[in-house]
Amino acid sequence: MNTDRDIRISAPLIRLENIGMIYKIGDISYEALKGINLIVENGEFVSVMGASGSGKSTLMNILGCLDRPTAGKYFLEGRDVSNLTSDELAEIRNKKIGFVFQGFNLIQRLSIVENVGLPLYYSGMHSKEATEMAMDALKLVDLADTENKFPNQISGGEQQRVAIARAVVNNAPIIMADEPTGNLDSVRGADVMRFFKKINEERGATIILVSHDKNIANYGKRLITVKDGAIISSTVIETKNVV
Amino acid sequence: MLKRVKFAFFLDLKSAYKTLLRNKIRSLLTILGIIIGVGSVIATVSIGQGASEAIQSTINSMGSNMLIILPGSSSLGGVHTGFGILPTLTLDDAYAIRKLPAVKTDSGNLGMAQQVIWRGNNWSTLIMGASSTFPEIRDWPVAKGTFFDHQQVVSAANVAVIGNTAATELFGLINPIGHIILIHNVPFTVIGILSVKGFNAFGQDQDDTVVIPITTMLEKIAGTTWVHAIAVSAKSKEDTVIAQSEITALLRQRHHIPLHKPNDFFVRNLTEIAQAANSSANTFTILLASIAAVSLLVGGIGIMNIMLVSVTERTKEIGIRLAVGAKKKDILKQFLIESSVLSLFGGILGIAAGIGISNSISAFSPLKTIVTTEPIIISLVFSLCVGIFFGFYPAFKASRMNPVEALRYE
Repeated sequence: MNTDRDIRISAPLIRLENIGMIYKIGDISYEALKGINLIVENGEFVSVMGASGSGKSTLMNILGCLDRPTAGKYFLEGRDVSNLTSDELAEIRNKKIGFVFQGFNLIQRLSIVENVGLPLYYSGMHSKEATEMAMDALKLVDLADTENKFPNQISGGEQQRVAIARAVVNNAPIIMADEPTGNLDSVRGADVMRFFKKINEERGATIILVSHDKNIANYGKRLITVKDGAIISSTVIETKNVV
Repeated sequence: MLKRVKFAFFLDLKSAYKTLLRNKIRSLLTILGIIIGVGSVIATVSIGQGASEAIQSTINSMGSNMLIILPGSSSLGGVHTGFGILPTLTLDDAYAIRKLPAVKTDSGNLGMAQQVIWRGNNWSTLIMGASSTFPEIRDWPVAKGTFFDHQQVVSAANVAVIGNTAATELFGLINPIGHIILIHNVPFTVIGILSVKGFNAFGQDQDDTVVIPITTMLEKIAGTTWVHAIAVSAKSKEDTVIAQSEITALLRQRHHIPLHKPNDFFVRNLTEIAQAANSSANTFTILLASIAAVSLLVGGIGIMNIMLVSVTERTKEIGIRLAVGAKKKDILKQFLIESSVLSLFGGILGIAAGIGISNSISAFSPLKTIVTTEPIIISLVFSLCVGIFFGFYPAFKASRMNPVEALRYE
């Protein structure tokens, strides 16, 4: 028991060991990732950059436990999650990972507060408690007044902030952001990035951000560049004052 | 765990409700099959229940524990005539039957249509010759005046007891008692009016009749010695069977029928016949309801079809739900709830439609319909089962989606 706890404390948040991903379509197989090794510590803000087809989306899917690698091992908080069943992965996504996508991905029929509370509903929380937590998350992104609106009644920037609220509502240690500003203009994009910075600094959440926009990637503290299914560089980003 | 079920269930229910409202016309068309199915089950069962009750009231109006003895059919030269053709039953047979232990009372009957005349009015009605026991056997007392007694039957008195319809047609508002009517040019004194009996199961007005003593009927109207039928009332329901065999034995003896020859009469147990009619009405109802239930199945296929479309349309939503931690069973449950709500809603509309149809059948046709709770509950449960059964495949398909691919779907 003690050793187990020791391992957890000492283990990095994310450790990828020789991760490989091969897609097979009929007879043709395509190697999307080749022997990826990566360590992400708790509280990091990592930006992943790469051209389309570089494998960064595949890497995101594996890091986000949406997909299983075909080779290698993925340790999340010291636990090997590379061979879990889809329901076990769902459990991990529910508890450990929050997602923010390019297309906002809110459910149109659900109100804003219901969208934010969705991960809590699947974790089995009681209605009242879930609604309170969802409201707290909405306050964090300055959207407490939209709780009873529907996604189509608010702007794109606001929708993305709702998505951020949904990602942080269950206090997940990891936030995955896949081109979160891709559908927004630069002003709204900067607005959204401000909240990522805020949750990273104030809540200590680890953020993994995928973007092809250098300006957006520069919000991170470390930049990882992916090319042809491999990590070609990992550099610390000089802290600049980005407005 | 209970909390989880409670809340997730509520949210799914709400979401299902919203989804269905969003596509009102599509939802309505989807459940049309269920509406028609449930509606026709309710309507046919209500007709069947109505028929059943009509038969039951006919059994009661026929008189209790009644047996009817009819003359036999002839099969001379290979030509079979119907019952009641041969002049084999006499009034003396009826008197002999009356003395049997299992028999309470009897009445020889002979009926024929005749013109009845009173002053300037005339009316064609059924003249029935009967014994003084008629009111008891048929469970049909007089409303006014008296019925003829045994003495009047023996003396073949010219007295008549008339049914309510015949009385109204001939006399209008005048009290017929004491007046003289002419039947077949024979004068009869009206001594009583029968109470109102109403229509029988075949739509005949039983009150359109004049009852006279059987002896008078035989001697002065029909000019024969044989009767059309002998109605017998057994002492109890159980005695009907005993009475049946006693009567058979007695009549074979009285008619001198050798052992190897068939009966020249028939004994009909009316209670049994009525029960048989009742059970055949039930069978018919079940048959019709089963045919109607087939459309429920067709409706279920419609639900499956739309749920498959719905699952495809909402691939992205499924992806989002999977991404935030929905498990297979959560997705399965969500779509099962949706298809169940859909079919249950169809069931409720179908019940409303069925009750409406059944009430309008009652209102605009002579058929009587009765809506009971049983078919309503059964169809509700059945439509729910249809929703779950036909919703399962689409829901299963949704629950097996790969989150990465589902999220990529546009």
